[in-house]
Order: sequence, then structure tokens, then C-alpha cells
Amino acid sequence: MIEARGLSKRFQDNKRGEIRAVDDVSFRCEPGRIYGLLGANGAGKTTTLRILATILEPSDGTALVCGYDVVEEPEKVRANVGFLSTATALYPRLTAQELVEYFGRLNGLDETTLKKRVDEIFNRLDMNGFRDRRCDKLSTGMKQKTSIARTLVHDPPVMIFDEPTLGLDIMTARTITTFIRECRDRGKTVIFSTHIMSEVEKLCDVIGIIHDGKLLTEGTLGELRERYAEQDLEEIFVKVVGPLQAKAEA
Amino acid sequence: MNLNAVGIVYRKEFTEWVRDRRTLISTVLVPLFLFPLMMVGFSALAVVMVGKAEKETPKIMILGGEDSPQLIASIKKLDSLEIVPYAANWKDEISNKDIRAAVEIPKGFEKSLETGQSETVKIYFYDGEMKSSFGANRLEKFLKDYRDTVVKDRLAVKNLPASVLSPFAIKQENVAPPEKVSGATFGSFIGYTVIILCMTGAMYPAIDLTAGEKERGTMETILSSPISRMDLVLGKFLLVFSASLATAILSVISMGTSFAILGHTNLMNSSGGQTLALNLGLLSVVSVFVMALPLAFLFSAVLMTIALFAKSYKEAQSYLTPMTFVIVIPAVASIMPGVELTPKLALIPVLNTSLVCKEIISGTYHWNSIALIFASTCVYAGVALFLAFKTFQRESVLFRS
Repeated sequence: MIEARGLSKRFQDNKRGEIRAVDDVSFRCEPGRIYGLLGANGAGKTTTLRILATILEPSDGTALVCGYDVVEEPEKVRANVGFLSTATALYPRLTAQELVEYFGRLNGLDETTLKKRVDEIFNRLDMNGFRDRRCDKLSTGMKQKTSIARTLVHDPPVMIFDEPTLGLDIMTARTITTFIRECRDRGKTVIFSTHIMSEVEKLCDVIGIIHDGKLLTEGTLGELRERYAEQDLEEIFVKVVGPLQAKAEA
Repeated sequence: MNLNAVGIVYRKEFTEWVRDRRTLISTVLVPLFLFPLMMVGFSALAVVMVGKAEKETPKIMILGGEDSPQLIASIKKLDSLEIVPYAANWKDEISNKDIRAAVEIPKGFEKSLETGQSETVKIYFYDGEMKSSFGANRLEKFLKDYRDTVVKDRLAVKNLPASVLSPFAIKQENVAPPEKVSGATFGSFIGYTVIILCMTGAMYPAIDLTAGEKERGTMETILSSPISRMDLVLGKFLLVFSASLATAILSVISMGTSFAILGHTNLMNSSGGQTLALNLGLLSVVSVFVMALPLAFLFSAVLMTIALFAKSYKEAQSYLTPMTFVIVIPAVASIMPGVELTPKLALIPVLNTSLVCKEIISGTYHWNSIALIFASTCVYAGVALFLAFKTFQRESVLFRS
């Protein structure tokens, strides 16, 4: 379970002054459901998810992840979260197995449990063919599988995905979307950011549209269709964001 | 602080470190092979080159002297010089290294000798050119011997002994033990080298574990794990510190070996022809190492903190290059003649360690200074590590774009 309560994040920029990357954002993600955070580049998706993963600290507000406060107990939050993004790369000089084991140990798994978990994940993701290969020698698909294994090793109840398919080919992206669905089916709380409409339509149970740091609307796909009298998600997105965008440009 | 987590990070960083060619070169290969190459290789090369230059018979030109046939005949008789005919462009010939030197005999030289008038014989040579200096030296030696003969003849005519010109002799004699003499000669060099290598050993891992991690995109990966930032910094710092120490240890071993080889091959002779035996005893080796410990600690923390500000490996290198000068300048200052350890200098990092290493190697142990230097460097190192912790907490540094 994730509960964001009035999350805000301000950055200081030498040229532009204060930037409000996230502005009073509140939402809830329930276990066994996928929450999709939809927004254009620079809308505040990554910052929001980084705050939930405790990589960044909020300027105002807070969030509870599995009942732990992201400001008060960041380490406990991270122990309950699997975080995957295109920016979470792999250590090039470690093998796939060494990397997964490293994160398992950091998550406090004992050696017996770790071995069992690693074998189980490597079998499930069909990774045994490259478990002893260094990460800098892996193909993109193999790297993505290793990243997934890293996030799964401690079996976290909450999964955070920040544009996980960005720049990937169709087959590799499919591995990721399949994995996200599996997480939901296993009862995990999943939050997922993207700007690809089709992914949201296929995967998300609840959709939140974020723009300029503000959460403008949220609901199931059905609810959004009804609220904005549009069937196509792209049209809904334009209806929600368009007026604000035009105002900003004017 | 969770020591288990620190250990996990350290082991992982160590695994990656030993698999990285760049850091292995700077940490292991450079200190291990640089000294033997520099000291044995260059010394042997210098001996060969000097020997070759000494064996050559220098070409000499005589300017004037037509009215001094005896002197000319004596010069021409010398096997150690080859006399070439006079040419008007003799200066060019010296500059072009066609001849090595020229000697100018003043007009009426022999007649002046007979009448007791003093004349000046000039030797022209190419300053800084070794073979030209050898030629000029041989000419000068011949002329000095010739002058001594003239003096002896004059004294003999007046029935005076040769000792009338030197009523007493002067001789300098060293009383310091040989190891102190060699320690004073090489001590500053050894201290300087250990310090520089402590820094170079720490530099590449410091960059790799901070800016390198940002560049490869693994910083966000590790920050999303439950490890605290303090434990993460400590694990990384210990690896950088280990690399720095490994370089220091290997450099001391390598230097000891190099000096031992030099001692055996007799390449390292003092001007008096006595071999300078550098006796790096166990106590001095251990003392140098102990003094290098807080400095390696300081370098590791400072380099990590600075490198963390960079977004990429290349940017970190450009930040740390000026840092090299900051460290090299006090280290060089310590090897300047006359710079000695004082209570004020004992508080200047790098310079203090370099100076104390110089004293330790020459067998002098001023325990008060050693304690002050060790303690002050530990304080600086502690402050630097605290800064590293603080820098790792700053989002603006970790996610600078």
C-alpha cells in the first residue's frame, strides 16, 4: 500500500529560480492493483516516484509505504520496495548472479534464503544461461531480466516502475510489462509511470494524470472515459492537460 | 552504523576493483614497476651513456699559439684529445657539435711565461652539453698540470720546496653513519614518492566509486536499496583507502628492492667513490607506513568528496588534476634544501608527513613531532570523511544534471 499525502518537491535552479517539480500530490495505491502515473516529460513523474522510493526527500508532505513514513523511516521503506527505472543500471564488472546476490544481502537475506531466492528467480526468468556472465557483456534483454531479478530478490510487497520500457525494443518491453502484470497478480502494490498511452490502457487499474508537478485527475480508465466523455486515453489526456499547456505557452 | 552492510559494500567494491584494469594499473603496476624502471633503469642508462661519452676522444681546435710551439706540441702529444685544424667558424662548429671545445692561446704566451707576466688561456665549450664538458675538462686538467710544472720549475730555480705553496692541507670527513648519509640524500625523495603514490592509488577508485557510478547509472540503483548512506559511504571509502594503502605498501617494497639492486650493481656511488648504502630497516619502513596511514585516509576522503561533485569520470578527472598540484607543491617543498621540520610546518598536511618521513629514513625520531603530525593529519582526515558523509546526503550533488 502506498499513500502519498500532499507531496511537494522544490529544486533551486541558478537560472530559473525555484522549481516546483512536485506540487501537493496526494493519491493511494492499493495492493493487487497497478497505479499508472501518466504525464509528459518533465511533468514530475520521476521525482514523485523517487520520493516514494526515498531516493529524494520531499520538501513538504509525506508518503506512507507499507505503513512506513518515507521521511521518518526511509530504510524500512526501501526494504519493502522494488524500484526499477531506465536509470537503474547494473554494475558492469559483476556477474548477473553476483549482482542479484549483492542486493539480496543488502536487503538482509541470510545466505540460505538468498541462494534459494536466487535459484528460484533465475529459473523463473530463464536466466541460468547467463548467470555467470558479467553485466557489461549482457544483451539489453538480459540486462532487463537481471534488473527485474534485482528488484525481486527480497520479494518486496511494493513495486515502483519509472518509465521501465523507455527506449527498449518490443520484445524486451514485453518482458517488463508481463513482469508488471505478474506483480499485480501476486498481490503486490504497483505504481508505474509512463507517457505511453497504450501501456497505461493495457496495464493500469487506476490512472493519475500529472502535469507541471500537479496531479490533475485520477480514476479507473472507465471513470476517466465517463468524466471526459472520450473513449481514447490520448484524447482524455489532451483534454486534461491541453488547456494548462496552452495557458503556460501563452 | 551497520558494520555488516559496510562489509557487504566493501566486498562488492573490492570485487569490482580487482576486475578493473585502470585501477589495477594505478594501484599495483605503477608502484611495483615504476621504481625499478626509474631507478635501476635510468641509473644504468646514465652510467652507460656517461661511460660512452667518456670513452670518446673529443675533437679540439687550437686558436692562436703560433709563437708558443712548446705548449702546442704538448697539447698535440695528448692521446685523450684529437686536434683538428683551425677554422674561422669554430664557434659554429662547437654549437653544431662538430668539435667539442676550443682553446685560445694568447699571443706571446711562452714569452710572457719567461718574463713572469700572467696571461689567460681561454677554453670555449658548449655549456650543458656533456661531451663538450668532458673535452673542456680534459683541456683544463692538462693546462693546470702544465701550470703546476711551470710553478715547480720556478720554485726549483729559487731553491724553494713545492710545499711553500701549500703550507697545510684541508680535508672534509663525514662522521655520520652511512645509513644516515644515504637517508638524508634519499629520505625526502622516498617520503615524496610514497605521498604521491598514496594519492594516485586513491584517485582512480575514488572517481570510479562516485562519478563513475553516476555516469554508469548505478547510483540510483544502489540508493534504492535499504543500505543507509552512511554505511554506503563508509564501504566505498574503505575500498578507496585500501587502494591507497596498497599503493603505499607496494611502493615501499618496490623502493626497497630497487635500492637493494642498486647497492649490488654499484650504480649508486657518491662523489667520493663510496657506495651510498640505503639501509631501509624494518623500523623505518614500518614508521613511514604508519605515518602514511592518516594521509592515505585524508586523500581517500578528500578525493571521494570532490569526485562526487562530477557527473562523469572525465569531469572528475578534470576536478582532481588541480588537486594533484595542491598535493605535489607541499611534497616538493619538503625536498627543497634547508626545509626542516618545525612545530608550524608539522601542522601543514602533506608537507609535514613528507618531512617526517625524510627524518625517519635518516634514522632520526623526534617523537613529539611524529605525534603532532600523526594527530593533526588524523584530525584533517576525520573532517574530510565527515565532509564526504555530508556530501553524500546532498541531493543536489548526487543528482546534479
